[in-house]
Amino acid sequence: MVVKHASPAHEHGDHHATQSWVKTYLLSTDHKIICFQYMFTGMALAILAGFFSYVFRMQMAFPGMNVPGWGLVTPSDYNMLVTNHGAIMIFWVAMPVLIAAFGNYLIPLMIGADDMVFPKINRLSYQIFLLSVVVLLASFFVDGGGFGGAWTMYPPLMAKAEYSLTGTGSSVFLLAVALEFVAFLLGGINFVTTAMNARAPGMKLYDIPIVVWMIVIASILFMASVGPLIAGAIMMLFDQQLGTAFFDPNRGGDPILWQHLFWFFGHPEVYVVLLPAVGITAEIITVFSRKKLFAYKTVLNTAIGTGILSFTVWAHHQFVAGIDPRMANIFTVTTLIISIPIAEMMFVYVATLYGGSITLATPMLWALGFIATFLIGGVTGIFLGASGADIYLHDTYFVLAHFHYTFFPIAIIGTYAGLTFWFPKMFGKEMNDTLGKVHFWGTFIAFNCIFIPLFFTGMLGDHRRIFDYTNFPELTTPMLENLRAFATLSLVVMLGFQLVFVYNFVTSLLWGKQADINPWRANTLEWTTASPPPHGNWPELPTVYRGPYEYSVPGRKDDFWPQDAKS
Amino acid sequence: MIENWVPALSSYAKDIDFLFDVIFWIVIAFWFVAVEAIFLWLILRFKKRDGVPAQYITGELKSEKNWVHYPHLAVLACDVVILFLAIRVWYDVKQHVPPSDETVRIVAQQWAWSFVHAGADGRLDTPDDIKTVDDLHLQVGKTYTYKLESRDVLHSFSIPVFRLKQDAIPGRVVTGWFKAIATGEHDIQCAEICGIGHALMPARVLIETPEAHAAWIASKGASGAGE
Amino acid sequence: MSAAGSRPIATGRSSAGMPTGRLAVWWIIASEIVIFGGLLGSYVMHRLAHDAFAEQAAHTNTWIGAFNTFVLLTSSLSAVLAHKASDAGDGKKAARFLYYTMAGGLVFLIVKAFEWTSEIQAGFTIASNTFWSFYYTAAGIHAAHVLAGVIIMGFVAQTAKKNLELQRVELIGLYWHFVDVVWIFLFPLLYIAK
Ligand code: HEA
Ligand code: HEA
Ligand code: CUA
Ligand SMILES: [Cu+2]
Repeated sequence: MVVKHASPAHEHGDHHATQSWVKTYLLSTDHKIICFQYMFTGMALAILAGFFSYVFRMQMAFPGMNVPGWGLVTPSDYNMLVTNHGAIMIFWVAMPVLIAAFGNYLIPLMIGADDMVFPKINRLSYQIFLLSVVVLLASFFVDGGGFGGAWTMYPPLMAKAEYSLTGTGSSVFLLAVALEFVAFLLGGINFVTTAMNARAPGMKLYDIPIVVWMIVIASILFMASVGPLIAGAIMMLFDQQLGTAFFDPNRGGDPILWQHLFWFFGHPEVYVVLLPAVGITAEIITVFSRKKLFAYKTVLNTAIGTGILSFTVWAHHQFVAGIDPRMANIFTVTTLIISIPIAEMMFVYVATLYGGSITLATPMLWALGFIATFLIGGVTGIFLGASGADIYLHDTYFVLAHFHYTFFPIAIIGTYAGLTFWFPKMFGKEMNDTLGKVHFWGTFIAFNCIFIPLFFTGMLGDHRRIFDYTNFPELTTPMLENLRAFATLSLVVMLGFQLVFVYNFVTSLLWGKQADINPWRANTLEWTTASPPPHGNWPELPTVYRGPYEYSVPGRKDDFWPQDAKS
Repeated sequence: MIENWVPALSSYAKDIDFLFDVIFWIVIAFWFVAVEAIFLWLILRFKKRDGVPAQYITGELKSEKNWVHYPHLAVLACDVVILFLAIRVWYDVKQHVPPSDETVRIVAQQWAWSFVHAGADGRLDTPDDIKTVDDLHLQVGKTYTYKLESRDVLHSFSIPVFRLKQDAIPGRVVTGWFKAIATGEHDIQCAEICGIGHALMPARVLIETPEAHAAWIASKGASGAGE
Repeated sequence: MSAAGSRPIATGRSSAGMPTGRLAVWWIIASEIVIFGGLLGSYVMHRLAHDAFAEQAAHTNTWIGAFNTFVLLTSSLSAVLAHKASDAGDGKKAARFLYYTMAGGLVFLIVKAFEWTSEIQAGFTIASNTFWSFYYTAAGIHAAHVLAGVIIMGFVAQTAKKNLELQRVELIGLYWHFVDVVWIFLFPLLYIAK
């Protein structure tokens, strides 16, 4: 059937010099610009959520103090800060930066396309995302204040204003989360269809760089897991605003139902953010150890295996939540099984280093730092997956330390890895490597100093979302107080080191040395076009002749072999 | 490990601590240390040296795949061990409820705990029940069944020294059990966020000798349903 | 700068062998399936937990439900015919069939409007109890999809008339069948199972 197209909707016209700044940067449909929109929105919110964590950690370590930059922290402040810190870090930092920003930038460039297949849907998805940010920020200022019932939004607390005391705040918060979901469902369309359909001639499935695979798999995971929660969010909104009783036990509803809907999404979600970070790491360690990725197909299979398994483990968050105790056993089994694909994935990465020629440039440090710290988060998950031990550990700081040892490596270390690695391509400038190393070690060491102590406070009985432990005689021992204070001070130090990054970022942008096309001598397609790539990415689109990781191939004088090089 | 900082005062606390220790030795002391050690060694061993090119290893050959294949079978084996212990502990604590000497009703609300003790006749819902707020009186060595309820939102009944935690759900009565093995006075926490007062619902558990417990009941018994 | 002028070269590619548009519509349908799946799953869980549902369901009007089912099915049929016509390259005919489908959708919505008013007048509101909450929520979300479908179809028909973007006729048809299938699930759950 012949396809004739409607009159051109001058998308690509947007970028002539004559166009206004707004048109070029805010209304652009260019995937690279949309990447920057997601990236900078995400970073801004990272700073906000980081600031929140500073405020409530100060209160936790020095109860009743006047926190510089905030003031006195009331119980409702505290709950609101914690809740939004968590929600923002996951939904408005990890997802936009790791999936949307890197996905938008890398997918077309790495598969040799000139843009996403649906540029307008792409732009729309960011606009909806931005709207969700606005709605979220608005929720802090409605009367009653922002929602403070934890990012898990358990009813009846979430459902009833009389319990949460933040009636409007709850609904607005819920709306913001729902909008964010819609934005990423729309975004997913482009990630998947582009990677599947718009590949350069010659690029077979196993020639696709791992990071592209990971973002695609993550998008599919997200799409397949978020649906029930969207339905749940609508039901919750009706409970709040229309007086329905889906989750109200007094009127025939069931509060536990929400927990199932939430965690059925919530656990896959953690792998949704994990996979892109793992993908970024794959690109970096291969380049900086000049090695072919060890067992490409195995990495792919472990990712898919993890994805499938992740739908079967959700109730490990609900062991003591009142579910049938016999059911807990099933989820214990599935939860421990999921350690196998992820363990294998880690082993593959370690194996990739073997026989390499490793240079510890800043991006490599971040990538290795990711693996080193994520392992801690991973193995501590096993304590929690073991139902018997989780009876004690549930909702203690042990859980908290566990997931910060997964999330921080992913959302912060992973992002810094990708950012320092692709910075020359994105902005055409080189970053200062020395400052980069200073920033790495400062962040890396301080991070461990924050969260190692929190494993112990958790084992000693500190439970979550407590704004002041002095009400608990057994939690006011000097040991606990010192651990908390040490963690908080380490946080302040770490935040200080983020200034090094901001400084390095800005100065490199302005005065950095012009980066050449392929500074890291890498294989993948994005390194075959100008830095930064022109609109449309290549004067003419590349053709692919081989896989992405052909480093140090015997008998070649170069230790790399670009995917688009004929020979 | 945990018992070094938090005394283990319920009949099953030791089992949970033991499970924790086993997992620690397998997953941290062995696996984590091993993986990190190999990881660091490789980084140092294969640092860039002039004239030494990297090797070309696809990892697709069977012999090479075994490098990750055998370790990951070992992981599977470890998982099985952990599973076996975890489920056994879980079964003892949560799944099967031993014959109980007495029942105590625990009611959570924003933001306080109230406890209904059986009183002199050892049976609930009789005139001599003793209702207290924010302190739970137990007799050491007695096996208690608890009936956990909530008046409003989710709460979580948690006694760290017992290694016991159970969410309270409005509209349901959750049953469980515990048996204190030593006297003393300890914290009760609410471990599920329940609004702005979540940090303000601490309670105490008082584990008493039979004599002391009897004396306490007598002191209340006079006034019938106490406080 | 992509040669295709209006849109990127990427849009025209088809490495996976499936037209990109269809791939996208399948993505949307898949994400909708899990949304409705979650809703209906919750409904079934409640239903099994409370027998009270059954007698509540007795108040729904099976005949109206059946009539609407019939309307939607026929509208799907004309959507198929529209697809046939577009494949044959006959935009005009395709557009005409799309208009029939839209008419079907509108009838469905009007009938539903009357049905709901009578039920609300009879005192069954969304807040009455969990059954009616599910009833209005599920049917409401579905109705919203019908409305959206009708509107989009309007635009598709406009361009199809001019023999442009004929592939869109198939895509909107796909979506319409999905909306139809959702109703095939809702009808027995909300009306018949008494
Ligand atoms: C990206 C984030 C992320 C990731 C990757 C994980 C990974 C895992 N998580 Fe985590 N988790 C969270 C984020 C994450 N989690 C969050 C946010 C919460 C709290 C939510 C809230 O309550 O607010 C949470 C809570 C949480 C709980 C509930 C605790 C509670 O509330 O009581 C449990 C319980 O099973 C759990 C288990 C696991 C397991 C088994 C893994 C596994 O995937 C880990 C697998 C990896 C390894 C095992 C390491 C590599 C393997 C080896 C080195 C070999 C040796 C290993 C063995 C021999 C087993 N997590
Ligand atoms: C991605 C997820 C993520 C990340 C990165 C973090 C980061 C941090 N978290 Fe967060 N946290 C959560 C997710 C996350 N958290 C969740 C889900 C909860 C549960 C909420 C709930 O209970 O409901 C939680 C709860 C939580 C608590 C528990 C509060 C309580 O229960 O009472 C604490 C306490 O210490 C804490 C501390 C911290 C600290 C000190 C950091 C520090 O690492 C923060 C450091 C700050 C930055 C890193 C920002 C600097 C950024 C820039 C300079 C710009 C560059 C940006 C990028 C590179 C993206 N967090
Ligand atoms: Cu009650 Cu927290
Ligand atoms: Cu989980």
